[in-house]
Amino acid sequence: MRFKLDENLHPTMHPTAAGSPALSCTGLVKRYGDLTAVDGLDLTVHRGECFGLLGPNGAGKTTTIEILEGLLAPDAGAVEVLGSRWGADDDALRQRLGIHLQETQFDERLTVAETLGLFGSFYREGRPVADVLETVGLESKAGTWVVHLSGGQRQRLAVGCALVGDPELLFLDEPTTGLDPQSRRQLWSVLQRFRASDGSILLTTHYMDEAQTLCDRVAIVDGGRIIAEGTPRELIASLGAAHVVEFDLTPGHDAGPDADGLAVRMAGLPGVRGAGRDGDRWQLGADDLQEALPALLRFAEEGGVTLDSVTSHPATLEDVFVSLTGRHLRDV
Amino acid sequence: MSDGSFMRHPLAALTLARFKLTIREPEMVFWVFVFPILMALALGIAFQTRGEEPMPVAVRDAPGAAPVLAALTRGGDLEAFPAPEGDELALLRDGRAHLVVVPGSPPTYRYDPVRPESRLTRLLVDRALAGEAPHGAARTARTEEVATPGSRYIDWLVPGLLGMNIMGSGMWGLGFGIVVARSRKLLKRMIATPMRRSHFLASLVMSRLAFLALEMTALLGFAAWVFGVGNEGSFATLVAVALIGALAFGGLGLLTACRARTIEGVSGIMNVVMVPMWVCSGVFFAVTNFPEAAQPFIRVLPLTAMIDALRGVMLNGDGLAGIGAELGILAGWGAVSFVVALRVFRWQ
Repeated sequence: MRFKLDENLHPTMHPTAAGSPALSCTGLVKRYGDLTAVDGLDLTVHRGECFGLLGPNGAGKTTTIEILEGLLAPDAGAVEVLGSRWGADDDALRQRLGIHLQETQFDERLTVAETLGLFGSFYREGRPVADVLETVGLESKAGTWVVHLSGGQRQRLAVGCALVGDPELLFLDEPTTGLDPQSRRQLWSVLQRFRASDGSILLTTHYMDEAQTLCDRVAIVDGGRIIAEGTPRELIASLGAAHVVEFDLTPGHDAGPDADGLAVRMAGLPGVRGAGRDGDRWQLGADDLQEALPALLRFAEEGGVTLDSVTSHPATLEDVFVSLTGRHLRDV
Repeated sequence: MSDGSFMRHPLAALTLARFKLTIREPEMVFWVFVFPILMALALGIAFQTRGEEPMPVAVRDAPGAAPVLAALTRGGDLEAFPAPEGDELALLRDGRAHLVVVPGSPPTYRYDPVRPESRLTRLLVDRALAGEAPHGAARTARTEEVATPGSRYIDWLVPGLLGMNIMGSGMWGLGFGIVVARSRKLLKRMIATPMRRSHFLASLVMSRLAFLALEMTALLGFAAWVFGVGNEGSFATLVAVALIGALAFGGLGLLTACRARTIEGVSGIMNVVMVPMWVCSGVFFAVTNFPEAAQPFIRVLPLTAMIDALRGVMLNGDGLAGIGAELGILAGWGAVSFVVALRVFRWQ
């Protein structure tokens, strides 16, 4: 194996799990005037799987997930959720779903327990409020008004409201956007526990680390289409390089200003699989750092170029997105 | 943990949540409970002390009226006018006369001793007649106490304030809750659950009706306690009028809020709907002050209908039959606005 992932976070997936998939859609299209927000999107989420839609803001993730949740009608395409279609018996279907929307602001002057109790009352077989409080780690805030919660606590309450109906399938639209690292980890562990109890999850995110940590499979979405799909490991392997070396470069006298020439020469270095540039920052894909780094340093010395701020990291889904689109997830 | 008090039925849970949200909003408590009471207090006091204006006195059209009229007018403190016997009670009730003098020897005063301005007028009439009549005659004048319920301004004002309050809290109670939930994307979040939409709307109405009971008790209780404002009609009729009015204005609140996305937006619409009614519908002064041509329009405004109905019950003791037209207007407004609002309601 060329890079390490925490195996505990990626239990083996069972794509052939019994029955219909948790969720599937084909040929999904949604237009807003001239803008095509979703442009022919297919996906399948298996039972017991955590599936991530990864993409920048505006890629069509939220539109897609809201169509799948039955909140928006698509202009074209078919959706099947837990073996049912929207429009037949929506109430029965909603009893089995947990939905987290982006930017829901709960009533500020209800307490955490009151909010969970209210949402629980909508489900025939909801979970006890105390149970959900414990799951999302808000026991000590049960009697606190929502207005007094931190951002992380509000997000956990939002996820709690999605869990209170004891769902089979959980939809999460950017559940950790805007949270500090500790709050994100707390939410991740809530979702990992749900996943471990055989729940299925579809989540959207523009954090590649979130997709990499939580998701069994990931679809990279850009411009309303899926441009790559697979396990995080497969996607990263598709880069052909296990590591990414980044640096700033000041050209020397004899190297000339020709960036393309530099790229070609660096791509041919031993252990290097490719070279590219994002503004002033260069990236090399490398199979073997032991080989690539000394070669890069020799190249710099011989070519008279100056390297600065050299870093390397194991390849991530972010690098996959950059290699596919030429843009960063966070840029767009 | 307080969730034990939450009932499991979604309608009960929604209603209780709405009730708690309302009561936990200090501004709401002020506008719904404190403001109308302050208004009643301020206006009740202001119109009790009339200052230097001459006091209106009616003199019965009977033999011997002319010298009495002349004597009363002389001092400038009193404004005396002749009146036929049949009009006397109406004049007293409307406050157009504080006291009626029946000429005779000794003269008889008809007035409501509960009204301070009537007692003051009696003293002024006594003094004025002392110069005319044989010595001591005025002091031995007979008095005939006339109960004139609803004759003071405060008696007339309180049903107006109650109507205004039912309009305001009915419209805000429904409209505000809906638009807040919509603008916070909470409405969308709720319809993503199996919650029935009808339960959500019904909970707003039910919480509203619970508040109606509290508002009525607070305002009418205060008015009875401080100003002795009573209710001539039956209490059940009064409650029925308030209930129909609350539902009608609830419907209008729903209608104003059925599309609005922001609080600012709905506030604007609410004011456009309510301010003209505050002015025209006879909360503070009689609708008859407006030109004849405007009367048909003013009469069909829901607030006019409700205040007329409330005054009919509280001042005249009307039963349901006596205020049927007003209740019909209210029910019509309520029914039409509910139906239209539900058709065009924006859930997300």
